[in-house]
Amino acid sequence: MLTQEKIKILEQKANNIRESIITMLVEAGSGHTAGPLGMADIFTLLYFHILKHDPKNTAWPDRDRVVLSNGHICPVLYATMAHAGYFPLEELKTLRRFSSRLQGHPHREFMPWLENSSGPLGSGLSQATGMAIADKMDFAKNTSRFIYALLSDGEHDEGNTWEAILLASKEKLHNLIVIVDRNNIQIDGYTEDVMPLGDLVTKYEAFGWHTQEVNGHSFEEVNNAIEKAKSVFDKPSVIIAITIPGKGVKEFERDYKWHGKSPTKEEANMALKELRTLGGKIKSEHQ
Amino acid sequence: MLNPQLKLNPKLFNSDVEQVPIRLGFGQGLLAAGENNKNIVALCADLTESTQMHLFKEKFPERFIEVGVAEQNLVTVASGMSAMGKIPFCSSYAMFSPGRNWEQIRTTIAYNDRKVIVVGSHAGISVGPDGGTHQATEDIALMRVIPNIDVVSPCDAIEAKKATLALSETIRPAYLRLAREKTPIITTEETPFSVGKAQVYWIPDVGLAQVGIVVTGGLMYRALTAARELEAEGIKTKVMNLSSIKPIDKDAIIALAKETKCIVTVEEHQIAGGMGSAVAEVLALNYPVPIEFIGINDLFGQSGTPDELIGYYGMDKNAIKEAVKKVLARKI
Repeated sequence: MLTQEKIKILEQKANNIRESIITMLVEAGSGHTAGPLGMADIFTLLYFHILKHDPKNTAWPDRDRVVLSNGHICPVLYATMAHAGYFPLEELKTLRRFSSRLQGHPHREFMPWLENSSGPLGSGLSQATGMAIADKMDFAKNTSRFIYALLSDGEHDEGNTWEAILLASKEKLHNLIVIVDRNNIQIDGYTEDVMPLGDLVTKYEAFGWHTQEVNGHSFEEVNNAIEKAKSVFDKPSVIIAITIPGKGVKEFERDYKWHGKSPTKEEANMALKELRTLGGKIKSEHQ
Repeated sequence: MLNPQLKLNPKLFNSDVEQVPIRLGFGQGLLAAGENNKNIVALCADLTESTQMHLFKEKFPERFIEVGVAEQNLVTVASGMSAMGKIPFCSSYAMFSPGRNWEQIRTTIAYNDRKVIVVGSHAGISVGPDGGTHQATEDIALMRVIPNIDVVSPCDAIEAKKATLALSETIRPAYLRLAREKTPIITTEETPFSVGKAQVYWIPDVGLAQVGIVVTGGLMYRALTAARELEAEGIKTKVMNLSSIKPIDKDAIIALAKETKCIVTVEEHQIAGGMGSAVAEVLALNYPVPIEFIGINDLFGQSGTPDELIGYYGMDKNAIKEAVKKVLARKI
């Protein structure tokens, strides 16, 4: 149950994760800012409410699987996993450093509890599809775990993504839940200028998927959509999550220039101040 | 003579020697592997019968996935299945897999350390009439440069069957290279095979060999025929089957070079980056000797019969014999 009280806790958690993201990025001196901030709410909801997982037993066979396809938003993955207890928060400062477990794009060899290495776009949905097929092969409709694939909107430019969309529909993968970060930006500009994606809901629907569109910053909406997706029995589900890139820091929001760069020290200080003010507000509302 | 210890086909040099496509050995091997291990699964991109995967599909339809004409999806879906404990074999023509989906193989299989066996059928120019678009002559190079992936190119159908079974049991991801055409059966069920181990198939009747011939894949029969004729002409050779290109059997290659002091490599592939290059890398570091390379010299293929093409691109028996004589003359 996602109570109002739990939502407040999640809001606070997401805010802390955003602070970690800014701190990591300024320390690393490079990396992506807009995507991680925009997806902080969804990651928080997944790791602190939805997922069947155990940070202390990462090889637990029955865990849900999370496949992050657009590996460049890994600061949010790392920050969320650290806050969830997978590894010490202190280690977040080593992002992108030599011999760090926090590689510039996720690599399983360095962080074995990740389900996949990623970075090159367009191959995450295929991997998640393969996982869901394997589970269905073994358990038919009685699969006990869900495969979550997290995709960017920009990587729908990749043909490989659409190959997977076709196959997942053919195989009627009820155990596959895809969340698309519809933030409308990619490196070269706005998605509709670089390569218009149009109405992703209609497109997925035409491919035979169960579709929903939600506000990606509403814990309630995303949670309800995931619950609904879990109950779909004969097709894969996609949730198009409308997000604000750079969410949480007004100066970064909705500007594609923040897609692929990290903040300077000054910009980071400004962002942290803003996030801490917001954090204080959430806390006081909560008390 | 054929190395008597390896129990090779005694009828090899008969005019009616049995001929079987190397890819058929894969199909039989996959079926046998599937019978041994229920975690073996198969994926294909609309070439199920061509790649001989139908043998597995007919027996285990519930463990077979048809992905359609989508080679990028083929290998990435396989990676996901491997993540859940399956051992996927995914097949297509070598030109399309690994030809089209190299980055997906690199990232989601090798870098990701997911045990998948990528099977590239119809490799080389002996595909014949289909022409250059369908003749993969770069695939060994493409695969052997990727860390954490083994590369195996069997010399006949029986070895292909053994290689398929062996690769279903190894830990690392692998690329298995197959050919379309019928080729003579060289080995027998008793001939030893293991991934990473080279075997010397031809040895001189008496004494030491003067030239070492290192072969991978379907040109083995031509190399052995060349060695037999050379022996009759008084040139003693050893012919090594280097079906495992990676991991490479360094010790065996160095030992051969120490004996013969010169090497000829033979492969149906570009000279650049292929098996010959792998052998040259080993010898340049450990025991440099003159080398002649039989392979395709920076050209695309074209339509023709396999024999016509292998002759035209300089990979037939006579070309191998000439290369042997040339490298012998270069020997210090």
